[in-house]
Amino acid sequence: MTGSLLEVEDLHVHFPVGRGRDRQTVRAVDGVSLALERGETLGLVGESGCGKTTTGLALLRLVEPTSGRIVFDGTDVRALSRRDLRAWRRRAAMIFQDPYASLDPRLPVGETIGEALDIHDLHQGKQARRRRIGDLLERCGLDPGVADRYPHEFSGGQRQRIGVARAIACEPDFIVCDEPIAALDVSIQAQVMNLLNELQRDLGLAYLFIAHDLAAVQHVCDRIAVMYLGRIVEKAERLELYQHPQHPYTQALLSAVPIPDPVRERERQRIWLEGDVPSPIDPPSGCRFRTRCREVFDACDRIDPALQPVGEDHLAACLLHGEVGTEVTT
Amino acid sequence: MSGNSRSTAERDDSGGREVVLSVRDLEVSFGTKRGRAEVVRGVDYDLHRGETLAIVGESGSGKSVSTLALTKLIPIPPGRVTGTAHLGGTDLVSLGEDELVHIRGRRIGFVFQDPMTALNPVHTIGRQLTEGMRHHLQLSEGEARDRAVELLDKVGIPSPARRLGDYPHQFSGGMRQRVVVAIGLSCDPEVLIADEATTALDVTTQAQIVDLIAELQDDLGMAVVWITHDLGVVAGIADRVMVMYAGEVVEQAGAVELFERPRHPYTVGLLASLPVLGDTERGDLVAIPGLPPGPTDLPAGCGFYPRCSFRDDPRCETERPPLREVVPGHLVRSFYEVPEEDARRASAATRIAIEPPDVRDEGVA
Repeated sequence: MTGSLLEVEDLHVHFPVGRGRDRQTVRAVDGVSLALERGETLGLVGESGCGKTTTGLALLRLVEPTSGRIVFDGTDVRALSRRDLRAWRRRAAMIFQDPYASLDPRLPVGETIGEALDIHDLHQGKQARRRRIGDLLERCGLDPGVADRYPHEFSGGQRQRIGVARAIACEPDFIVCDEPIAALDVSIQAQVMNLLNELQRDLGLAYLFIAHDLAAVQHVCDRIAVMYLGRIVEKAERLELYQHPQHPYTQALLSAVPIPDPVRERERQRIWLEGDVPSPIDPPSGCRFRTRCREVFDACDRIDPALQPVGEDHLAACLLHGEVGTEVTT
Repeated sequence: MSGNSRSTAERDDSGGREVVLSVRDLEVSFGTKRGRAEVVRGVDYDLHRGETLAIVGESGSGKSVSTLALTKLIPIPPGRVTGTAHLGGTDLVSLGEDELVHIRGRRIGFVFQDPMTALNPVHTIGRQLTEGMRHHLQLSEGEARDRAVELLDKVGIPSPARRLGDYPHQFSGGMRQRVVVAIGLSCDPEVLIADEATTALDVTTQAQIVDLIAELQDDLGMAVVWITHDLGVVAGIADRVMVMYAGEVVEQAGAVELFERPRHPYTVGLLASLPVLGDTERGDLVAIPGLPPGPTDLPAGCGFYPRCSFRDDPRCETERPPLREVVPGHLVRSFYEVPEEDARRASAATRIAIEPPDVRDEGVA
């Protein structure tokens, strides 16, 4: 896998909760490995609490990983000093879910974008700075003249465009898009997805597209990774994942996505998941999905399944495909 | 702004089922500093016993307000509601607060979007469930408790008797929404209004709640109004669909008809802009350009005119189109119908190139 833009190996992010004798550990991300090529979009899907957002934040060291390796274009990101980290962040940006919370309400939007340019010293003089901000706004489908306005003067979709303009201001190679369309209205979601597509084509950006909307993910991503309780349980090319899901969790997730066609939607069978997602403080032994899995068998609580090849460029962590993994020691 | 077509929902395409709720010329506006904001501009429909009506639209389309206004769950003033809404023989719009308290929660039940805000965090589930029944049905504490246990069981909460003493934070998101559904159903309402009832939930939980409400509806025979922006959910459950835009009903039809042969440019645009599982296209989606108009600066003509890529009639810009019945049971507010070919291209049925894997053979749990 050499030559990838981003390589992540065995990433862990653990958060301590409680004090003294009640001290416990939330294992939000518990052994995630992935790779991203230049210009590629990798989708990261899963239900709330599965660790997908924390993974995205940890990749940019916006939360500190507990362990694991993050290599970005040859640079060991975890080894960077504070100063070097700041410089590195020019190459990796983030777009957040909530366009209302992610812009400073007291700052004109042009300044929000300009801040990034100032930090990285990317403009020569006031005039050039202003021009660059205008260009960025225009690039994202807004009038360059709106730079002096405040966030409350914009709709949700426009704010998200401003968030995108800020993200591309420093010409990054990689953007973590954390649910970039979830808070937007249906007719605006397509606009923002198209903008991301266009920028990717023109600027060669790589995206980690974090979302719970599988239809959107299937549309914009090249490959898709499915997360459950801090782990990636399946990873495949986008249509392969849809047509031949190999992990029972992926199968259940796909079967729950509503299809806007009454004829198909009413004939479909769903796979019901019993119960709730277990706590990431004390995940089930062996396979983490076994408590809700309809295919569970005796090996599932003994062996912690590893990702194994189940097709071309297709990995799944399920013992049904061979008892590959780590024996649980009790 | 009134006096537009009234004929709209008077047709009975329900096979003669009893009409439980009949809404005519419903208009809601709010006084604002910038003038009156016309949020709902003439909504008409009949809701039949056991029927599911889906109201679809984006934020600000008036879909929520049009149903909240039925029982005056909006601040009045600055709000103003006109028109009629007959529930049985009673016109809800003409009722005062002291009469509406006997309707809300009793004859019309509600399930709202966010179970964390719909439930009171400092009261037990048991207290919140029995409150309505004691007030509306005059049940004794013991009777209400027994029925609460029954209801929790019905909505699929394990060991219901034990959970009555628990607080909302002790339930997961999906379980909380089940409790909210139980409260909505507790007084055996004739109409249940589900306002974005599954929007805050994960897809797997959403599927469960959608199914639960459909099942209970079959059991209890109530009519359901589903307010949602999610066309996928609508496809699964609605008998009829009403699409709202800028305070107006722009299209109304049976669910299968609406998805197969949408006729209003907004409905077509919405369907075309939707990513669909099984659509193999990787290119750009056909987005609707621009933004919906605000309620204080509505266009003079068709509300969708500024964003419409099909506009083809000089009247579109200057004249508000009437809601016309183009085929029996299918109403469109437009001077212009989207050609069949374009409608077909937008529909999910056409765009799905590969079918999802069949999960049946492996036995569904």
